[in-house]
Amino acid sequence: MSDTTSDSMTAMIADTAERLFSDFAAQAFAAIPKRPGDGALPWDAPMWQAVEELGFPLALLYEASGGFDLDPLSALGLVRQAAAHALPLPIGETMLANRVLAQAGLALADGPAALVAGVSITRGGDSWRLSGAATGVPWGRHLQTVVICDASGRIARLTGGWHVDEGRNIAGEPRDTLHFELAVDKADTAQSSFTPDLVNGLGALIRAQALSGALEGVLKRCIAYVTERVQFGRPLGKFQAIQHNIAIMATNTAAARAGADMAAAAFPDVLSDPARFLRQVAAAKLRAGEAASLCAPLAHQVHGAIGVTREYALHPLTTRLWAWRDEHGSESDWADHLGAEALAQGAQGYWPYLTEGTATQTGDLT
Amino acid sequence: MSAIHFSPPPAAIAYPELRAEVRAFLRETLGPDYSPYARARSWTGFDAAFSQKLGERGWLGMTMPKKYGGHERSDLERYVVLEELLAAGAPVAAHWISDRQSAPTLLKYGTEAQRETILPRIAAGTCFFCIGMSEPDSGSDLAAARTRAEPVAEGFVVNGTKLWTTYAHESHYMILFCRTSQSEDRHGGTSQLLVDLTTPGITISPILDMAGEHHFNEVSFRDVLLPKEALIGQMGDGWAQVTSELAFERSGPERFLSSFTLLTELIRILGQAPEGAARRSIGRLTAHLMVLRHMSQSVAGMLARNENPMLQATIVKELGALLEQEIPEIARTLAATAPAHEDHATFAQVFARTLLAAPTFSLRGGTREILRGIIARGLGLR
Repeated sequence: MSDTTSDSMTAMIADTAERLFSDFAAQAFAAIPKRPGDGALPWDAPMWQAVEELGFPLALLYEASGGFDLDPLSALGLVRQAAAHALPLPIGETMLANRVLAQAGLALADGPAALVAGVSITRGGDSWRLSGAATGVPWGRHLQTVVICDASGRIARLTGGWHVDEGRNIAGEPRDTLHFELAVDKADTAQSSFTPDLVNGLGALIRAQALSGALEGVLKRCIAYVTERVQFGRPLGKFQAIQHNIAIMATNTAAARAGADMAAAAFPDVLSDPARFLRQVAAAKLRAGEAASLCAPLAHQVHGAIGVTREYALHPLTTRLWAWRDEHGSESDWADHLGAEALAQGAQGYWPYLTEGTATQTGDLT
Repeated sequence: MSAIHFSPPPAAIAYPELRAEVRAFLRETLGPDYSPYARARSWTGFDAAFSQKLGERGWLGMTMPKKYGGHERSDLERYVVLEELLAAGAPVAAHWISDRQSAPTLLKYGTEAQRETILPRIAAGTCFFCIGMSEPDSGSDLAAARTRAEPVAEGFVVNGTKLWTTYAHESHYMILFCRTSQSEDRHGGTSQLLVDLTTPGITISPILDMAGEHHFNEVSFRDVLLPKEALIGQMGDGWAQVTSELAFERSGPERFLSSFTLLTELIRILGQAPEGAARRSIGRLTAHLMVLRHMSQSVAGMLARNENPMLQATIVKELGALLEQEIPEIARTLAATAPAHEDHATFAQVFARTLLAAPTFSLRGGTREILRGIIARGLGLR
């Protein structure tokens, strides 16, 4: 496919997604339970079906495996776009599950899916035995397919047979514990080069994209609000103090997006150079998490009291920022990962490490 | 507009061979005695001989046409050279302004005669420029500039004072932003002039910074007669020309690498397996550097495609300065060493130099407040 064709297809998919997601935003907001006691966000089957009909859960697949050869940056951009509208769907999770299934040569997922680790897969005669629990599984109770990756890289595809302990994050998104004690047919398992660390890294990648999308949604809402809201005889946005707070949010939002895109561009390296992939993801998730920590309070600050009400659509975004920054590694976790790697290079290897990702013996300048 | 997007940097930004060439050159040219304390000057270290050597290697005026002494290489190759120079703390101040913004301005707006006489010397690393923008009563408010160039039969007669003129005392030329006519519009009636600093009537006086170093100057013009040929571009277009210069000035790797030597010295004293807080701090700074570098490269790509990355450049500078200023503050939480210029410990010296330079990081090239205002305007708030 030529670059031009590919660019126009990318733009077309992004436009289609934007229309669909913004059409669904109001109904997603209306479905949020009013009180914590009312439980988690509900599953919206027609919304999921609309997303499935456009093929978005297959966006990370090559054409030969049923996808449409979208570049990973554009595919993962769908996660960002959905997050900007706080859509309650596991689009990114299903994309990843399908990608791993396709790569392992297994059938693609039925319905919403997730890729999880934390469960062992051991041989038992003609079948394989699954044992253990996966925690914090997005939309676990609503999944139709679960893809498990164990410590040895063995992949298992399941469409049922697990037990669910329900939980939810601070945004009300289901985050369930799935318990597995069952045997699966060997036709539903395969050996791969994925590892639990990579499963976590892939989760962090889609969270970084989602954080950048929610940040963009927050920024847009804040700009609209300070443009409309009048105090002291002029719109809030005319006050320099407000302008500077918005500028701080805009710079951090841009950095979160740039970092998430940097990591998305490293997606093709996930198996060929996993250390590089995880490094880019670490930087992206940390940067996006930090932006979230800075922007969520600023967004509430510029909104005043209306922003903290259940009836105003800021909390679906800010509570997601607060939830997602801790999922698949907090800023501290990824700082630890990067810091250990960076310090191991020593002062002399640090710059070569930043520029090439590896220390070189001859590149010493410092 | 609601979010400012950085398009992915061009894939070709790596240029491993060029990078290796520059590193080898720097190892050889700077030598083993080039100290971390010297490196910590970052891009304020002046060495005319070093600039000339860079010119001989073809690493100045890299993107200019060959007929003006340039090398017709890409903006991205130039980017690689710049960041290698900065990471090594090479003494680049002599040519920094001329290579970064004076040459592009002359190439874009200058007369053929200006291009032919000046550009080859910039590329050779033998002709240095300073910036003639700020004045005593015109700092952030550049449009308040009062320096006047009165058009007369022979050319222009200039009167006024420029301030904070970095390395004017070592420069051959200044690009002067001044008023050339009356105008209702405060951005109107301004022009840019090419000033040979040896012209009679120009007085350059030093202003020492708080570390006692001489970078700044006051440059006063008293009935200075400049020829007609000094005009750069069109009379009255000074504001548009000077603002287009700023995208080049604000997005480069110098906007996040000013404290880089302190960071590497910090890594040196922490050792390879420090405790948790140190590991996390270095990891966090690494993440920020990776992302800023990606953003800065994105701007380089946009400049290479002749797009206008004014807002993106502003964001790189704003976030870059915050990171540069944070590094000394983080360093002092991890290393129990007070900053001291006279200390024999390298770290204390590097720390001192970086700490005293740090306030300028969010002043030079546009203050933090100005940058945030530009971003707010870009978002439609003013």
